[in-house]
Amino acid sequence: MTTVGAFAQHVHQTLWDLAQPGRAGIRLPESDVPPQPMPEAALLRPTLRLPEVSELDVVRHYTRLAQKNFSVDTNFYPLGSCTMKYNPKVNDMVASQPGFSGIHPLQPEETVQGALELMHRLQLVLQAITGMHAGSLAPLAGAHGELAGVLMIKAYHRDRGESHRKVMLIPDSAHGTNPASAAMGGFEVVTLPSDDLGRVDLEAVKAAVNDRLAGLMITIPNTLGLFNPNIARVCELVHGAGGLVYGDGANMNALLGRARPHDLGFDVVHLNLHKTTSTPHGGGGPGAGPVCVGDALAPYLPSPVVEMVEEPSGPRYRFVTPPMSIGAMSAGHGNFGVLVRAYTYLRALGAEGLRQASGDAVLNANYLRRKLEHVYRVAVDRTCMHEVVFTCRPQREKGVKALDISKRMIDYGVHPPTMYFPLIVDEALMVEPTETESKETLDAFIGVMETIAREIDETPALLIEAPHVTPVGRLDEARAARQPDLRWQAP
Amino acid sequence: MSAPFPHSYFPHTEAQRAEMLAAIGVSSVEDLFADIPDAFRNPDIVLPPALTELELLREIGSLARRNAIPGDVPCFIGGGVYRHFIPSVVGAMTSRGEFLTSYTPYQPEVSQGTLQATYEYQSMVCEITGMEAANAGMYDGASSLAEAALMACRVTGRNVVVVHDTANPRHRAVVNTYLLPQGVEVVTTAPGGESITGDTACVLAQYPDYFGAIRDLAHLAETAHAAGALLVVSADPVALGMFRAPGDAGADIVTGETQPIGVEMSFGGPYVGYFACRMANIRQMPGRVVGRTVDHAGRIGYALTLQTREQHIRRERATSNICTSEALIATGAAVCLAALGPGGLRQMAELSYQKAHYAASEIAALDAYVVVDDLPFFNEFVVRCPRPAPDINTALGQRGIIGGLDVGDAYENGLLLSVTEMHTRAEIDVLVAALHDAAAEGAR
Repeated sequence: MTTVGAFAQHVHQTLWDLAQPGRAGIRLPESDVPPQPMPEAALLRPTLRLPEVSELDVVRHYTRLAQKNFSVDTNFYPLGSCTMKYNPKVNDMVASQPGFSGIHPLQPEETVQGALELMHRLQLVLQAITGMHAGSLAPLAGAHGELAGVLMIKAYHRDRGESHRKVMLIPDSAHGTNPASAAMGGFEVVTLPSDDLGRVDLEAVKAAVNDRLAGLMITIPNTLGLFNPNIARVCELVHGAGGLVYGDGANMNALLGRARPHDLGFDVVHLNLHKTTSTPHGGGGPGAGPVCVGDALAPYLPSPVVEMVEEPSGPRYRFVTPPMSIGAMSAGHGNFGVLVRAYTYLRALGAEGLRQASGDAVLNANYLRRKLEHVYRVAVDRTCMHEVVFTCRPQREKGVKALDISKRMIDYGVHPPTMYFPLIVDEALMVEPTETESKETLDAFIGVMETIAREIDETPALLIEAPHVTPVGRLDEARAARQPDLRWQAP
Repeated sequence: MSAPFPHSYFPHTEAQRAEMLAAIGVSSVEDLFADIPDAFRNPDIVLPPALTELELLREIGSLARRNAIPGDVPCFIGGGVYRHFIPSVVGAMTSRGEFLTSYTPYQPEVSQGTLQATYEYQSMVCEITGMEAANAGMYDGASSLAEAALMACRVTGRNVVVVHDTANPRHRAVVNTYLLPQGVEVVTTAPGGESITGDTACVLAQYPDYFGAIRDLAHLAETAHAAGALLVVSADPVALGMFRAPGDAGADIVTGETQPIGVEMSFGGPYVGYFACRMANIRQMPGRVVGRTVDHAGRIGYALTLQTREQHIRRERATSNICTSEALIATGAAVCLAALGPGGLRQMAELSYQKAHYAASEIAALDAYVVVDDLPFFNEFVVRCPRPAPDINTALGQRGIIGGLDVGDAYENGLLLSVTEMHTRAEIDVLVAALHDAAAEGAR
């Protein structure tokens, strides 16, 4: 019997549930060449059991799936450390020009001069923003840039006959990718404690530097959203001991036009183009993680680097491999489609616009900090940069966790902030509003957070059972891990 | 201080900024940056002037127009990246803002779309490769292969990796970038010449290989397994539309470049590397994985799972440092496979095979050229030319054709040509005629 809302049942269907033998979502033309002999049957696969669905099935299935996502286009998404700013549509429009999207990475360089020139221009813009002297667009995401960075540091020490430098210092507030990248570079990770203000402790740095030091990996501003006024002193200490300083540029949105990592003493920094320069996250990529370096590491950059050569007929662009390059990070030249979007964004703003972006991002974060501090405790009570970290320890004492508050925010149409990070803050909620959100949105968010604060006292069960309005509630993640079901299988 | 910079990306009015500053208790935005020491604050940064949207499209569009586009010009370059047909539904779905502008699905209740799409992607990867489990995708085929080798080292507790010299040289370069700094020994050998010992973690083989050839994998799998090593296969997913799946031949890890399925060539990226393995080894897998589970009310739902392998939990002991990967590209590939279905993928593979073999037979009929066909091939093949490949490519270029790849280091005067369903018979005939003329030119 058909019931009201029966069509909504479709939302739980997989492609396989929709399939019928013989259907197809696309038809290809017949061959226009004389038939060629097929390979012997033993080489051929006997079966291929992909779902068979119609074209409308495909469109409706994925459209309905899309509708189950929160996204920047549909919801406020204050996800700290991720810079979920508006992703301008013109970026996609430019990147989808066939002259960019349709070209093969191995075409002769003379047939792709426009693409090479764009990459060269982007290298220069990123160097200007970071103050660095050279750069490579090759890394495909932030952590990939980190890997490039630690491999460059390793090669640098090797060439100086100092391969015994095995220690990478990493603050306890760092992203997990930092220690994981250091480990992939073959380094030993030594964790640096933070001081009361959540900043790397100068005395701890002094105590940790010695002749086994390879370098320091540090995020600026740090993951508490704070700029450490002593950062240049920290870099000096590391340099004094023969180490190099790696800058995790995940939080670069706070510093656009305000400070350059190279001036502060950084030897290498990666940029998350999918954060700072507004390219869309795509539900977990694609990203791009170009690395910019000072003179010490320039010879070690991953290949390729784009170089301009002045010729009588005009400038010519070509790929080069730096002399002591750590090698290739991918089979291509970087996530070119992302690079085009990033370049478009940077050209849309120019230097003044980038300063406005960092200014409004920091303004928005501090506005939320001051407006919410009466209901949520700020982890470190001082002016923040682009993001503010709250600790829900007081709420925890009332029986409500940061997780519960996050899930309740969903009911009000807000994507939860980053939770339980940085690890040095109990019950952390890390809120990054970004510069593209209006005061009206921020005020609405403040209203939501105040309402939730009241609910914690009056109706805590509402939080603990939240969210209530989503296609599914909290999922049994323990079961997912214990009895992994990672693929559809015929019943 | 300079006046505010008006832009459609910045919603605040000046009155609102003033109101917010008052609420914060500072007099200017500049005050919020006081933690940056004066010596470093507000550097002079010179960038080209800002452009409006109209100007952006004009200015950057002019760079796009300076590139020669395969299809507009006949182009026979493959080498791991192939121009296949992309159904319209792919772009229509992946450009939806809810897929495009969402983050990694750490909050499953508001990410079921991305999560289910990824679960279905994983399922399709398993089916195509003949494997039991797949992850949500790696950066690209090359890094995916490198990560597979590292996984094999973890699974076996060994640290020698044997790589076939018939694997894509650009993939092998990335394998070296990843493995050598970790102290893994990389040994390159010809297929059939492997020395597999008790120290060998795995053999890396490509299928079809870089030169297009299809080799039986079952014997290699047996040899590797007999020594306690794993077989890692990097495979073109379109080829798997017609050829035997590596999983059925005994491969332990199957990876590859997903680009041929629904992904624009885009000058080398963004692509996505697919990654599949046996269930027994899933806890050594790198990257994100989506699992199906239930919520408190018993409703089916999807969530990231096995996260204790990953960097945000395990930090320096994680299976990989990978975080942001290529989710949207994987979703696009899944949409493409959903549209193609088994018949469409098989037809795409067979059309490529048919046209490549037509091209090879026509070229073989030219006196000056020899097609290397001692092994079966899929959509790519090596031609021994009368002169070095760069000379031939130059001659083709003068006729408006982008030729093939120079593989002179493996085959004397070797030219690697790739043909897919996108090439018309007329384009192939133009290539053959141009090759004929190029040979004649050299003879003069």
